[in-house]
Amino acid sequence: MTKPVGMEVAVAAAEAVALCNIDVAACYPITPNTHIAEHLADIVADGRIDAEYITVESEHSALSAVMGASGTGARTFTATSSQGLMYMHEILPITPAMRLPVVMGLGNRAVSGPINIWNDHSDIIMQRDSGWLSIFADNGQEAVDMFIQAFKIAEHPDVLLPINVNMDGFQLTHVVEPIVFPTQAQVNKFLPPYKPFASLHPDHPLSMGTLGLPDIYTEAVKARDVATVNAKKVIVDIWKEWEKMFGRKYEPVASYKTSGAEILLLTMGSMGETAEMAVDELRKKGVKVGLLKLKLWRPFPFDEIRKAVRGAKTLVVTDRAVSYGGPGGPVCSEIRGALYDQPNRPEIVNYIIGLGGRDVRVEDFMKMVEGAPKARKSGDAYQIYGVRE
Amino acid sequence: MKKWPETWKEYNTGGIVFEPGNARSFKTGPWRSLKPVWDNSKCIKCGVCYIFCPEGCVQEGPDGFFAADLDYCKGCGICAHECWPSAISMIEEGHES
Amino acid sequence: MSTLTVTPNYATGLVSNFDLFAGKLVDREEYFSCGHRACQGCGEALAIRLMCKALGKETVIANATGCMEVISTLYPTTAWKLPWIHVAFPNAAAVGAGVETGLKVLRRKGRIPDRYIKTVAIGGDGGTVDIGLQALSGAMERGHDMLYVCFDNEAYMNTGIQRSSATPFGASTTTAPAGAASPGNRTWKKNVPEIMVAHNVPYVATACHSYPIDFMNKVKKARAVKGPAYIHCLAVCPTGWRAESKDCIKLGRLAVETGIFPLYEVENGKYRLTVEKPEKLRPVTDYLKLQGRFRHLSKEEVGYFQDRVNLEFAKLMNKVECIQSWDELKG
Repeated sequence: MTKPVGMEVAVAAAEAVALCNIDVAACYPITPNTHIAEHLADIVADGRIDAEYITVESEHSALSAVMGASGTGARTFTATSSQGLMYMHEILPITPAMRLPVVMGLGNRAVSGPINIWNDHSDIIMQRDSGWLSIFADNGQEAVDMFIQAFKIAEHPDVLLPINVNMDGFQLTHVVEPIVFPTQAQVNKFLPPYKPFASLHPDHPLSMGTLGLPDIYTEAVKARDVATVNAKKVIVDIWKEWEKMFGRKYEPVASYKTSGAEILLLTMGSMGETAEMAVDELRKKGVKVGLLKLKLWRPFPFDEIRKAVRGAKTLVVTDRAVSYGGPGGPVCSEIRGALYDQPNRPEIVNYIIGLGGRDVRVEDFMKMVEGAPKARKSGDAYQIYGVRE
Repeated sequence: MKKWPETWKEYNTGGIVFEPGNARSFKTGPWRSLKPVWDNSKCIKCGVCYIFCPEGCVQEGPDGFFAADLDYCKGCGICAHECWPSAISMIEEGHES
Repeated sequence: MSTLTVTPNYATGLVSNFDLFAGKLVDREEYFSCGHRACQGCGEALAIRLMCKALGKETVIANATGCMEVISTLYPTTAWKLPWIHVAFPNAAAVGAGVETGLKVLRRKGRIPDRYIKTVAIGGDGGTVDIGLQALSGAMERGHDMLYVCFDNEAYMNTGIQRSSATPFGASTTTAPAGAASPGNRTWKKNVPEIMVAHNVPYVATACHSYPIDFMNKVKKARAVKGPAYIHCLAVCPTGWRAESKDCIKLGRLAVETGIFPLYEVENGKYRLTVEKPEKLRPVTDYLKLQGRFRHLSKEEVGYFQDRVNLEFAKLMNKVECIQSWDELKG
């Protein structure tokens, strides 16, 4: 076990990726993701890993280039945020369709307009249906652990799907946190070398990215959907393996002080740490409140959500993105979907918080919990918390 | 080749086609209305018809003369048009010269 | 090999300096199989077939969305006998850059056999000169060891003959159609080979399938460059150009003989024609009259076309005669 070091989380993320012996990286800089791109470039330039770093001219080309490299059998990585992810959007669904296990680091940032470089989840939420696997880190240690886990998950023969690791831009990427790095030997033991099931080479010519007529497209979707849903089992197994090796536990839905809770708060991403403090304060005041932290976004952990909310009367779901004219928060609408058929389901209150980098403090979480009954009575599907009226 | 149409379990992972050149299973010959016929008495065995066929279906025989593989020939007429000694004629399908 | 002396027969478009029997020396291996769904008389399919012969087996192809990708890889079939990848429309050059990098690293790390494999990215004029220009520029500027071949059939043919920036002046396309108030396309063809020279690409060439030996030699030459190379290949599309399929090869020849599409190469900055410069260029009407897409042009418009072709050809000859190679300039 190495000693914890204080490191900026984005820099630590790059160090974690370097531990994974990647072959090719292509990162286009965009705030707040830039430090990952820059530090990884440093690592390659110093020869600390034997990899190629392509200074692509756009994010669209970044994902295209890593897909080309992944097609040859290389282990690949890219990273972006917000507008960069939007620019990649055309290519995004093609990566899982071609079953290329690319790993992407995301510094979650608000999507324009208005243009805003600070943190919320609108960028990854807009890629919800792309077919990528998605996990969320709450703190720097989780970010580092998740990058290493991500390669193993993506490359698993029962998965073979690309995965993104989400870190809140600035609020997580740019903070300095204590991080325990696995040793290279430990990572080598955990993460075997990448063995592609198919690769581009003249010794075995094949065609990747063929055209799918109407008589096969449905079957292609089904095959991919089944693989995506089945990935949850692999993710849970890999997280259990990680816990055994490193002692740090990861679950699709983590719980904090939920024992006997009548009201549950749910967060996704680093806000969960602030919410924990709010739960502590509320418990001191005698409020029977607990916290659920969603770490697995895709494939959505329906069973775990149903299990986690059992016994609670109210569920306060926080979202950091909104679907305009839709059901409100995306996380909340998925949870409503998960709970619709349940006989005893909690009442749900949905707050949209922390948009465009607006800070959400301990007091805000407390107000959200305490204001939940009133919010429920209003009959609105969702509330944008803290908006100045 | 697998039976078509495939089930979702049979669909190759990632839509990859593992058999190079298996497009040969699709016969494009029925597309044509004209077909090329070689008059070997005029043919000078230059290979121009072979070079210019977009299908690559004009092939040299063991005797050095050329002929189109009628399973694939689309009847575009390029070979007949490019043939120097005009040894190739395009005749209507079903009408032998 | 002997060359047959033949009186130029313009009725069939034959020329007197064609290496008649050279075709027999070409590699007989077919890397682009029969059974592909290209139109009858497709010049681009022919060009692909010839390019692959010149490239040989040790090649990986990255293909943009377009005619060639669609007609060649209808799942579960593929006409390709070379390793091949298609991702999307604008990114053939970026995917190719990734393939080239992946192969380089894997060879270095001993994860694939220690043999040189060429990466070739291909796209139509749509996927190269318009939507694909950014990725092409980026890949060439970064100097990847990659050949890019643009198969230019002068419109977005696969989606139904829409105008591209490679569409010639006066051509009627579905998005720039000829009408009572329009001569069809109003712009002159974007000069992408020139853009490539500006990127310091050491080997840039124009080619056409109607000159198969010239084209294949250029592909071989480009393949041998350990760095970026670019070939712009005119591909006659009888369907989109509203011409007869049998005229496919003839139209390519006429494009060259009229000076509309000169065949040249630029090696380390030095321009050189690769077919003998004719004493006099053929009139553009010889070329235009065979194609329905130009049928509507007025005398004035044809006159403008002729004048502009003369100017562009003069510009090229100016470069051929005056520009020195980069090596000469180094002194």
